[in-house]
Amino acid sequence: MEDKSKNSRRSFLDKSLKLGLLGVVGGVVATKLVDATAQEGDTVRVLTQDGKVMEVDSNAVKDIQHSHESEDYNVREGFPGRKFVMVVDLAKCKNALKCVDVCHKEHHVHTPNAWLKVFKMKDNENSSPYWMPMFCQHCDKPACVTVCPVDATFKRRDGIVLIDNERCIGCRFCMAACPYNVRIFNWGEPVQPGIEKDHHGTPEFGGKPSVIGTVDKCDFCPHAIAKGELPHCVAACPTGVYYFGDLYEDTVTNGEETVKFSKLIKDRAGYRLYETMGTSPSVYYLPPVDRLVEFEDSDYSYEQVKHVPIPTEEKE
Amino acid sequence: MSTREQIIKKLAPKEFNTLGVIWVALLSIVSLAGIIAYIDQIRRGLEVTNLRDYAIWGVYISNFVFFVATSFVGAFTASILRLSQKKWRTPLVRIAEMVAVAAIAMAGVAIILDMGRPDRIPYLFMYPRLQSPIAWDIIIITIYLAFSVMLLYIPNIPDFAILKTFYKDKPFLSKVYGFLAINWTGSAKQIKIHQKSIKVIAVSMIPLALILQSVDAWLFSTTYRIGWDSTNLGPYFISGALVAGIGALITAIYMVRRFNHLEEFITDKHFDKLGRLLVFACLVYLYFNMNEYLIPAFKSTQGEAEHLQELFFGQYSLMFWFAIGGGLILPSILLMFRKMRKPFPMFIIAILVVVTSWWKRYIIVSPALLHPFMPIQGVPEEWSHYFPSLHEWLITGGTLALCILIITIFVRFIPVVPIQRTLDEMEITATENDKN
Repeated sequence: MEDKSKNSRRSFLDKSLKLGLLGVVGGVVATKLVDATAQEGDTVRVLTQDGKVMEVDSNAVKDIQHSHESEDYNVREGFPGRKFVMVVDLAKCKNALKCVDVCHKEHHVHTPNAWLKVFKMKDNENSSPYWMPMFCQHCDKPACVTVCPVDATFKRRDGIVLIDNERCIGCRFCMAACPYNVRIFNWGEPVQPGIEKDHHGTPEFGGKPSVIGTVDKCDFCPHAIAKGELPHCVAACPTGVYYFGDLYEDTVTNGEETVKFSKLIKDRAGYRLYETMGTSPSVYYLPPVDRLVEFEDSDYSYEQVKHVPIPTEEKE
Repeated sequence: MSTREQIIKKLAPKEFNTLGVIWVALLSIVSLAGIIAYIDQIRRGLEVTNLRDYAIWGVYISNFVFFVATSFVGAFTASILRLSQKKWRTPLVRIAEMVAVAAIAMAGVAIILDMGRPDRIPYLFMYPRLQSPIAWDIIIITIYLAFSVMLLYIPNIPDFAILKTFYKDKPFLSKVYGFLAINWTGSAKQIKIHQKSIKVIAVSMIPLALILQSVDAWLFSTTYRIGWDSTNLGPYFISGALVAGIGALITAIYMVRRFNHLEEFITDKHFDKLGRLLVFACLVYLYFNMNEYLIPAFKSTQGEAEHLQELFFGQYSLMFWFAIGGGLILPSILLMFRKMRKPFPMFIIAILVVVTSWWKRYIIVSPALLHPFMPIQGVPEEWSHYFPSLHEWLITGGTLALCILIITIFVRFIPVVPIQRTLDEMEITATENDKN
């Protein structure tokens, strides 16, 4: 544990020093995680290291130049000096399925091959039910990667677990190993109308297009991150369930608000799924307390998600 | 007392009679149907199976595990009985080796059938990752196959030399046997090398076989899955392999004895011994089954409780109790009676044991996958069940038929009962025409 925190701090300091950020704002870290700048005239709101929001002159803030824009970027290594985390606020989820919708559209997948599903959960008979978005947990100790015989699925330094579907032999051991059951297999020829064929199945694009006889899963949208955007599900959620960010910067954002990751997890008692298994996921959940919406007591059914349309329109 | 020539004539491989031809034709048809179904599977992808995202492994994998288990018998009879110096093994060793070679070869085939991209098999050697249990499996299966082939071939060299002479009037056959005999003359020096080689291979087979069964178990126990996540799985698979293997051996021996008229060499005594062994194997396996099912049932943690409920009383209960009751308890009780250890009752019991052994693997592989930690939601209802599709049955049937076909072809061309060893044990010394 100690080693890890040291590491992240070193990496954080290293980067910060390089960019001269600390010197400029005097102990204030810019909130702009992935270009989520809130430019309001001459001042800009930033988050201090101790978690306070303050307004400073916009001239005093410099954009973080992430080193992934440099040429040493490697698909299997990831964005240097970064460690992505996701926080899912279960209190806010109302099963709007916008995340599923946009995920399908952007990744050209469709039900039942969804990379992102919203589960109806009920932990025990006395507790109340809640909706839980479920997708790849991008574990730090991924069971799927350990068992892959050909290095088709791999974990990058930025914490993203990806699949090279030009390498995958389709043995499905990773699917057997994954305790979260988030992996999808292309049993037949994938139906993907309107898919761009140009970026051809590089792991960077998380197996896009899908390849018959290989495994797919949530890729944490590295293609969006590379463009300085949030993963599609984060951006699409109407209630701001998803927070995405960089562990080294200790900030996560849901597109509307940007918060300090460590404080959020501490204050809201964030947890990870099946912590006891030692997989060390990068996805944190906030317990479904004080929920935004009352849980509709309608039964969960497959029909609900089945009608999320097969994307036919071309990508933008 | 038979003469040397009489014994050779009795033990030399026999041509197929009408029944044999029908048998081979039947097996070929079933194999061919499997091959056609597999070609279709390659064309259309694994969607022709009933496997889906929850039931990711099914009958192909359980069939693979069955073949691996069955191949254990080769190491057992050839090595363990050898080390314990059981003389009665002589007429059984060869056929055990045939079963082992056919089974391990088909295990290699069976695992390929399950692959989504069989065209990418070279990647296993181009980009190997040794921490993957699949890598261990590939390594050990290859080695075990090589050793099994050697253990079938090398002890046969003197017999090939005998057959070369025996088939003098069939030039081609004689030539092939001559080639296989690699200039065996039976000189003292050759015998010494020969004995030593067999010993080295036979002894090596024991650790190899134990590793093979364990790695096979670890394919499952290295995952978090309820039902597989068990430290008991290694010995459980080894003892299960002994049951499956002896069952297959008894079945094969009965049929070969019957159709090649080897009653003189494979006697009731051999069946009696094998029957006792089978009881022993069943009881050991039963013990590990108790560890595997009853102890988790005692604790009944949430996942285990659901899983075991399905096995004991749910949709798998019929298969489960058929496998435990019909395949282990009943045989061990029946075979405790001397009358039941006669060839024909043994044959029936052995078939029961083999069939239930096959279903047992199905029970080990399939239900565990349908009890994931997260609920099964967002997929069609039918994805939470699994039963093999027609393609899967045809392909699986094809592998089983092919395995039996390989054994049949071995029986056709390789003496089932070692000739030279039988002669040695009957103390019939070589006559002048032996040296050529």
